[in-house]
Amino acid sequence: MKLFDLKGGVHPEGKKNLSAERRIRALPLPKKLYVPMQQHIGAPAAPVVNVGDHVFKGQLIASAQGNVSAAVHAPTSGAITALGDHVAPHPSGLPVPTITLESDGKDEWCAIQGCEQPLELAAEEIAARVGAAGIVGLGGATFPSALKLNVSRGVQTLIMNGGECEPYLTCDDRIMRERAVEIVEGILLIARAVDAKKILVGIEDNKPEAIEAMQAAAQGTAVKVVTMPSMYPMGSEKQIIQVLTGLEVPAGGRPADIGVLVHNVATAFAVQQAIRYGKPLISRIVTVSGGAIKTACNVEALVGTPVQELIDFADGYVQPASRLVLGGPMMGQQFTNTNVPVVKGSSGVLALMTTEIGQSEASPCIRCSTCVRACPVGLLPLEMAAHIRAADLTGAVALGLKDCIACGSCSYVCPAHIPLVHFFNYAKGDLAAQERSKLKQEATKKLADARLERIARIERERAEAAARRKAAREAKERAAKEAAAKAAEEAV
Amino acid sequence: MLFAAIISLTLLGTALGLLLGVAARYLKVEGNPLVAEIEQLLPGSQCGQCGYPGCTGAAQALADGGAAVTLCPPGGIALAQALAAKLGVDADLSGVEDKGPMIAEVKEEICIGCTRCFKICPTDAIMGAAQQIHVVFREACTACGKCVDVCPTESVTLQPIPVTLQSWYWNKPILGSAA
Amino acid sequence: MNPIAHSPHAHAPASIGKVMATVLLALVPATLFGFWLYGWPAVNLWAVALIAAIAGEAFVVRMQGRKVRTVIMDGSGILTAWLLALSLPPYAPWWIAVLGSLFAVIIGKQVFGGLGQNVFNPAMAARVMLLISFPLEMTTWVAPSQAPGLLESLRITFLSQPIDGMASASLLGHVKTEFTRGIGLDQALVGYYTPMDMLWGSRAGSLGETAAVLLLIGGLFLIARRIITWHAPFAMLLGVAVPALLFNAIDANHYAGPMVHLLSGGLMLGAFFIVTDPVTSPNTALGQFIFGLGCGMLTWIIRTWGGYPEGVAFAVLLMNAATPIIDQYVKPRIYGRDRKGVALVVKKEL
Repeated sequence: MKLFDLKGGVHPEGKKNLSAERRIRALPLPKKLYVPMQQHIGAPAAPVVNVGDHVFKGQLIASAQGNVSAAVHAPTSGAITALGDHVAPHPSGLPVPTITLESDGKDEWCAIQGCEQPLELAAEEIAARVGAAGIVGLGGATFPSALKLNVSRGVQTLIMNGGECEPYLTCDDRIMRERAVEIVEGILLIARAVDAKKILVGIEDNKPEAIEAMQAAAQGTAVKVVTMPSMYPMGSEKQIIQVLTGLEVPAGGRPADIGVLVHNVATAFAVQQAIRYGKPLISRIVTVSGGAIKTACNVEALVGTPVQELIDFADGYVQPASRLVLGGPMMGQQFTNTNVPVVKGSSGVLALMTTEIGQSEASPCIRCSTCVRACPVGLLPLEMAAHIRAADLTGAVALGLKDCIACGSCSYVCPAHIPLVHFFNYAKGDLAAQERSKLKQEATKKLADARLERIARIERERAEAAARRKAAREAKERAAKEAAAKAAEEAV
Repeated sequence: MLFAAIISLTLLGTALGLLLGVAARYLKVEGNPLVAEIEQLLPGSQCGQCGYPGCTGAAQALADGGAAVTLCPPGGIALAQALAAKLGVDADLSGVEDKGPMIAEVKEEICIGCTRCFKICPTDAIMGAAQQIHVVFREACTACGKCVDVCPTESVTLQPIPVTLQSWYWNKPILGSAA
Repeated sequence: MNPIAHSPHAHAPASIGKVMATVLLALVPATLFGFWLYGWPAVNLWAVALIAAIAGEAFVVRMQGRKVRTVIMDGSGILTAWLLALSLPPYAPWWIAVLGSLFAVIIGKQVFGGLGQNVFNPAMAARVMLLISFPLEMTTWVAPSQAPGLLESLRITFLSQPIDGMASASLLGHVKTEFTRGIGLDQALVGYYTPMDMLWGSRAGSLGETAAVLLLIGGLFLIARRIITWHAPFAMLLGVAVPALLFNAIDANHYAGPMVHLLSGGLMLGAFFIVTDPVTSPNTALGQFIFGLGCGMLTWIIRTWGGYPEGVAFAVLLMNAATPIIDQYVKPRIYGRDRKGVALVVKKEL
């Protein structure tokens, strides 16, 4: 198949050999699970259980709220011990509403209902079941999958993302090698749900075993496996579309606008499990790796498992880690508290050494424009960062700040070690905050105007009432006077 | 030759001067629409923290060029940027210290329910009744500080709005002296 | 400060110091050849230029209260002085090198705010300053035949010992002089232009500008190491060669051919080491191509019709001034947008 060029991109050292040959193993059942209500893009889920309740594995414990949200299910059987805040798997380290579940060790499933002939289900039914299973995009974006299926119905092309371009991560590689048959069934289900004409599975050429396994499983189906060159950020949604179809998602638009839907291969597996067996999304494959980890591995971990359990399972550290990262090294988030839980979007737990990070203090920008060549979007990172540094966010927006996908390619290549993508994320956050405060200001202005009007009205009414009272009093006095005069007259 | 030049330049000057004089009289703009436009941008809570009598006074001062675009503390950096864009001036925002959004908070232990704060609140952000503890609506509070001034027991204070997962964002990178 | 680091948590093994060191390495062959060709005076001049640049920069940076070590160790001042030294006449007196180096690092760079902030290429700014202030010292060339001994060289560099008898002219200077005497190219080039000498650099000229082949090798090395791209150098050579070819075809007796132009003066040094200066050249590949093309064409125009025999330095400075404009108009197309920045329109097929 003809592939199209990716603009820019970088070639970070893969480091996938640390864990690529390690089979997926299930993590031993943890004692306590911390299941956050917000593991997806959109509104947090609302708990439907109370402290002290006993729940079965797979039972709904929090329901989706509003249009963009995802349900959350109990990862194992046990008792709910707390509904409260727990540290979030997020760089802020802020607490997030979380359900704490103490496992009873029995791992008993609730009553689940599968489907013998899943490929005969109607499109709407597939989407509804995917939604009920709480499935979100497992590639990292964690967008609720059912919603994506519903807005993408009738697309021309379904692209399954097996790129896994982030260094170190091998979770998608392993799942494709070991569960290719299930993934292909999941892909066919997704294709049926959106009525796709063409189904492509894009896999980077550094995963030959996964390509082979997927090709074997896809034999005789409409699924076509495509080998793509290894380059970062090949697995980014917009970039994989560009490479496989030559099309570009219009700025501000969605892939569905150009008739494309992209899903991660691990999501396809979750879809298949949800529909054929009725199992909601309560676990995922996580790569535990990095130079400081003793035995890098791929584990199937329940959502809510504290990260420390994964590190222990990998035999702990071989030496003190300089930085702990959730996700891949290019876009993952640093964390410090190893009590943070694994969530639906956690693809990796990395313990990195200083030499692997290779960061040093920033020096002046020499305008070498290596970042311009590396940017897969065609931006001018050096110019944008200069504007943001000088507090000119509007100037940065004019240069295309909002088109930045925060892939980190620019920061990776910068010889001056300028934290370019940090500047961009700061600016995006600040602009969003400004937008929020502007909305609030408009609302409070209305309130202030309403109050002034009310005060004026009360004032007016009071004055009118006073005038009325005065008139009444005067009338009375006059009447009294007249009566008195009359009486006097009569008396005379 | 010399005379011709002097005469022609004098004539030219007179004609143009007349033209300008006429234009000034007939094309005059009544009032300054800018004041109203600026007032639209301001919070409108008439809190007076800028030192001008209410938002209209501040808008007038801004339009006259007598006030800095950073005059409004409740508006913060966002407002300063909007004003700078409206007035077509370059605001040096790097020097502005934005304390970040603040909000009034009632300390329940020492609130005596005197009702002064909610009577003075320009945006009706404080709810309560006599002899009852007052509460602040976060969404309506502009942190103008009027309630703080009138509270007899100092139970109302301005506090930074607590950061949540939804409002948190990355700090601005600080580069070393070398960069 | 936020103790949490932002992604990415991996970085390419690159640094400004490494970039500068690689460029210096690429200059070594041509420099050594210059030393060999012109002997000890060239070594003296080069050393004086480097020492003056380091000392001057250290002084200014200390005055600013910044860390001297960090600034010196980035290597940019050394590179600037090195490039300037290569463009000086090898027997120039010491104060030419000192003045040039100080001008380059202080006025050319630190005054603008240090590394990355300067508008003009510091080495070329210094060269132009020297050329218009001290035309005699800056155009006194020597033939590379008699290399003086160490003692004599010290006298040449530090005591401005007259170097009569060794004085020669550069090819471009010679041609210009001969034109004023009404002598055409066919005679002027006799004995002066032998392609092999031009290629290998065995001729009168600046300290490190004569060895075209060695400079070319250095430049290709930098392209291979991805320090520079081919756009600006290629465009500059093109910008000189195309007009030279055209006009040479029209009147061969008045306009030198492309090979004469390509191999003479500071063109090779300029194409691979000056117009590729990242600070003062545009950001994008197309911008760099336009920039290089402009440098080349201006060089040819100045050489052909201008008052000075050589035009590389002037051409580079003029194009440096045009760099912000080029950057303003030549921007990459953003994904999902057209060249004007408007979001792509979805073609409805259904």
